[in-house]
Amino acid sequence: MWVVPSIPPALFLMLSGILFTIGVIGALTRRNAIIVFMSIELMLNAVNLSFVTLSRFLQSMDGILFAFFVMAVAAAEAAVGLAIFVMIYRSRETINVDEINLLKW
Amino acid sequence: MAENFGILFQWLIFLGAAFISILASFLVITQKNPIHSALFMVLTFLCVAVLYLLLHSQFIAIIQVVVYAGAIVMLIVFVIMLLDLETELRTGLKIVYSKVIGGFLAFLFLLGILYSVIAKSPTGKVGSYTTEKMSVSTKAVGEVLFTQYLFPFEVVSVLLVAAIIGAVVLSKKRR
Repeated sequence: MWVVPSIPPALFLMLSGILFTIGVIGALTRRNAIIVFMSIELMLNAVNLSFVTLSRFLQSMDGILFAFFVMAVAAAEAAVGLAIFVMIYRSRETINVDEINLLKW
Repeated sequence: MAENFGILFQWLIFLGAAFISILASFLVITQKNPIHSALFMVLTFLCVAVLYLLLHSQFIAIIQVVVYAGAIVMLIVFVIMLLDLETELRTGLKIVYSKVIGGFLAFLFLLGILYSVIAKSPTGKVGSYTTEKMSVSTKAVGEVLFTQYLFPFEVVSVLLVAAIIGAVVLSKKRR
């Protein structure tokens, strides 16, 4: 009888790679700082997906806990990063990343 | 026969969620209006949560919906509405020389990832958490988190407190 094969882990890992690359392209090509930030969140999410996939197929719990810690760090990063954006907007009236050159000399 | 139908259904869910998540994440980086980007990002995160359910990790799926799609995107939308970005709506995606080079390098990076995934199947030490043990995943996560990973857990709590204090201090008005 014909048996349908179950989903291989390589497909999940490929999807994770594609999402990560889309995040990289967004972070490199956009000028709005908030969209750059969103691209970074997409990259973190793609890495989480590959962590959970490997933890499922290697039958280990470590990957799931790493995904948990990555989420906690992403939440902290969101809080501080968005506060920095609000402050930059207050002093410079823009959040375009190529107009923010305070550290350039 | 019944198992065949179950696995076929899993394939359908996987292909649908993968396709929608790629499309939505592409729309995140191409939309001109940041609010639209944020809403497509919610869609991406929900699709990834479906994939987590497909991988038998319910705890991470629920955390994904609550923390990512709920809290972080809500914070981003709140900040977008706080800032007046009307004048920057038209700047969008502009083709510049350096950006083309950056996109090309990112594409090469993707090819590297795909090659490394296809060339070799994941190897490593196989642990003791089989699918049956994982399907009561939340209890297992708690057990490992509060024994083996107790110290990183405490460090993360300190990090979150520092982030909260930092956000409050940064957004305080200068006198």
